[in-house]
Amino acid sequence: MARPRILANAERLPALAGGLLVLALVAGFIGTALAALLCGRMDGAFLGVIGDPVVHSVLRFTLFQAALSTALSVMLALPVASALARQPGFAGRRWLIRLMAVPMGLPVLIGALGLIGIFGRQGIINDGLALVGLAEPVSIYGLSGILIAHVFFNLPLATRLMLSALERVPAEYWRSAASLGLSPLSIFRFIEWPVLARVIPGASGLIFMLCATSFTLVLVFGGGPAATTIEVAIYQALRFDFDPERAVSLALMQIVVTGAILAALSLLPAAVDTGQTSGRRFVRFDGMGLAIRLLDAVVLLLATLFLVLPLAQVIVSGVNADLVKLLREPAFRQAAGTSLIVASSAGLLSLACAYGVVSARAALSSARTAAIGSRLLSAALGASSSLVLLVPTSVLATGWFLALRKTGDIASFAPVIVVGINALMALPFVMRVLEPAFVEHQARTTRLATSLGLSGISRFRLVDWPVLKRPLAMALAFAMALSLGDLGAVALFGSENISTLPSLIYARMGSYRSHDADGLALILGAICLVLALIGAPQGKDMRR
Amino acid sequence: MPSYLVDTLRSGLAAALLATGLVLPAHAAEKTLTVYTYESFISEWGPGPKVKEAFEKSCGCTVNFVGVADGVALLTRLKLEGEGSKADVVLGLDTSLTEEAKQTGLFEASGTDLAKAKVPGGFSDDVFVPYDYGHFAVVYDSETLRNPPKSLKELVEGDPSQKIVIEDPRTSTPGLGLLLWVKSVYGDKAPEAWAKLKGRVLTVTPGWSEAYGLFTKGEAPMVLSYTTSPAYHMVAEETDRYQAAEFSEGHYIQIEVAGLLKNAPQKDLARQFLAFMLEPGFQDTIPTNNWMMPAAATSEPLPDAFGTLVQPKTTFLMSSAEVAANRKAWIDEWLAAMTLN
Repeated sequence: MARPRILANAERLPALAGGLLVLALVAGFIGTALAALLCGRMDGAFLGVIGDPVVHSVLRFTLFQAALSTALSVMLALPVASALARQPGFAGRRWLIRLMAVPMGLPVLIGALGLIGIFGRQGIINDGLALVGLAEPVSIYGLSGILIAHVFFNLPLATRLMLSALERVPAEYWRSAASLGLSPLSIFRFIEWPVLARVIPGASGLIFMLCATSFTLVLVFGGGPAATTIEVAIYQALRFDFDPERAVSLALMQIVVTGAILAALSLLPAAVDTGQTSGRRFVRFDGMGLAIRLLDAVVLLLATLFLVLPLAQVIVSGVNADLVKLLREPAFRQAAGTSLIVASSAGLLSLACAYGVVSARAALSSARTAAIGSRLLSAALGASSSLVLLVPTSVLATGWFLALRKTGDIASFAPVIVVGINALMALPFVMRVLEPAFVEHQARTTRLATSLGLSGISRFRLVDWPVLKRPLAMALAFAMALSLGDLGAVALFGSENISTLPSLIYARMGSYRSHDADGLALILGAICLVLALIGAPQGKDMRR
Repeated sequence: MPSYLVDTLRSGLAAALLATGLVLPAHAAEKTLTVYTYESFISEWGPGPKVKEAFEKSCGCTVNFVGVADGVALLTRLKLEGEGSKADVVLGLDTSLTEEAKQTGLFEASGTDLAKAKVPGGFSDDVFVPYDYGHFAVVYDSETLRNPPKSLKELVEGDPSQKIVIEDPRTSTPGLGLLLWVKSVYGDKAPEAWAKLKGRVLTVTPGWSEAYGLFTKGEAPMVLSYTTSPAYHMVAEETDRYQAAEFSEGHYIQIEVAGLLKNAPQKDLARQFLAFMLEPGFQDTIPTNNWMMPAAATSEPLPDAFGTLVQPKTTFLMSSAEVAANRKAWIDEWLAAMTLN
């Protein structure tokens, strides 16, 4: 966290007010949905849920697979991010980083089918094993399948978060490391690890929440109902049983238990002051040795294969579809238009909320004496903006449906609610991207800006925007990709009210038209890649 | 702000609103019949557009379809909307949901003469009108599976290395269908059958789409689907690679029905529509658009592909009341059998 600085109250108050407004908005958005669901339906199901041994075993499995998936994703991302940071100049680096944005924007089912093409019974790996003479295919269904799938979707996320932290390391550090002749191990220990340790708790928390609330992947790869998450039980309670109280009880339990685990995670030491830097990037002398280059090459090759092969499956299936016909369909154009409008609205909204929270937290931490109250408020802001991931989309969508159905036409409010839900779900990701960059930027510029008398809009335009535009763009791309791949919120409202690309893909799959679905998935993946072009750092900047 | 900027913004906003469908075109027709159904029914390749055209010719009204994900979501939507629902007709519930639908108290007797309805095992219900049906079946890939099971018993006891993908009864209608099928054949011995079948189950997916996707990607040689599934591949893709296995015990049936809401704004039109469902104008659209069997006479014989489909000799169907009363207990029983080691 940044060292306390003196900020005029005139600067701090608007920031604080903005943070509180976001907090109120988030609480209000979730609270309204929950209240509408529970309204007049309380009959004590909550105690029943807490005491249910079946729920307990589901909860245990949920947390167990989430913890394993998180540990694997983060541990495997470490060498990948480190190698990527050490080798800033190889061909294809930019594309590898951009590709990492694609899994997040794909509907999970599409990613799952791609993974099955590689790791499945008829996949490339089993074909290879069969050539070697293995009679029975190796089955991934079960815990191993869940882990592979979760690592596929989350390793890129962890890598990108770690990489952007490593790229913020001041150039002076690398210069000193080179002049001191530090070994790679020492560099890791004294430079990389302290920086990574700052992002790992946050990244782990995000991934843990994503895996704990995983639904389709757990069912498809789990191999049977023994692999069930709380999210499945919530879905069942809302859909087949129509028991909103049970659904809300389960959701609350999920929030409380997972939240407690995340709180424990956040106690891990994380605050490291990067100090004042020139903001210039520097050559990584430590990445120039032959041995380290070979090692990095192997790590990056493996990571690329793991990422690219399943995506290649999506491409191979996709090009078999009649893409020209698909692109011409009015249904496609409408869905694509809606998807883009929803995703950009949700992305911008999420960005605005995150900016509010981040500046409020920065203002709070800049108080000369950090009072208990402001520390609590800062923690509340941080927690509320990340725990929203644990509120199931289906609960939010159903709650808002109930709350608004009497006020008018569903068609008129469905897109608004979907935008709200997507913005909320993207908030934690946007925060992770924005906050470290923002804190560092503030530390670097606040005194100068204050001494020059810059504030408000002019400060944002002249000082903040030129530096923060890149993290802002990356955060926006993150949020848009998430929103593009989301189906949950749209599914409830029905296609005549809102139809997006993922809902179109599912509709095609649901009526035997799997070729169309493959083709649409390819198009959606391409859109995510274009977004990543906006969000990922430019290659030229890296070699500066 | 300069006025040209305001204008640009305004037209941009209008375009955005149009693109999201926020602005609905006004309907000029005087009477509108609102039909709630599932999405695949009203998609451009589904029966919806043809049904709308045919009915609008005679009713002097506009048919407005509202689509939700599937039959279960349809019932959930009704429960969410309660008495205030704007629907006249709800089309797309199936026979394992009708009892629950009646219990909502939102439906009213259809008054439709069901004499024209032809459904295996017969159908009588004063509230719901059947419009199509299909039998659940194990569909297999004839290129990778030479000896498909000839009975449920053979499926349960067969080679565990020949896998099947099934759907989860907690989240999907076909999943519940298989559960009821096994229960119909095995009765109290159903848990033992599931424990044996478990070894052949590659995975249990949340819905039909995921299961069928895995199957067509070649991940498993068998999937739980419908006797009519091969017809799609034969008619639309001109391949007879995918076939349904006929089981000697018989097959469980899914009958899709529609009903009339008590608070329907256009009750007369709604009754007219329910009667129309059993006419050729509606039934003709079913086979090659909904890929199910028509529940009444069509004007022309079915396409050749339908003649080659499995015609189950025995049809299982539990009463909707029995399903509603036991569903939870049977799902728990299934869960226990499937999670035992």
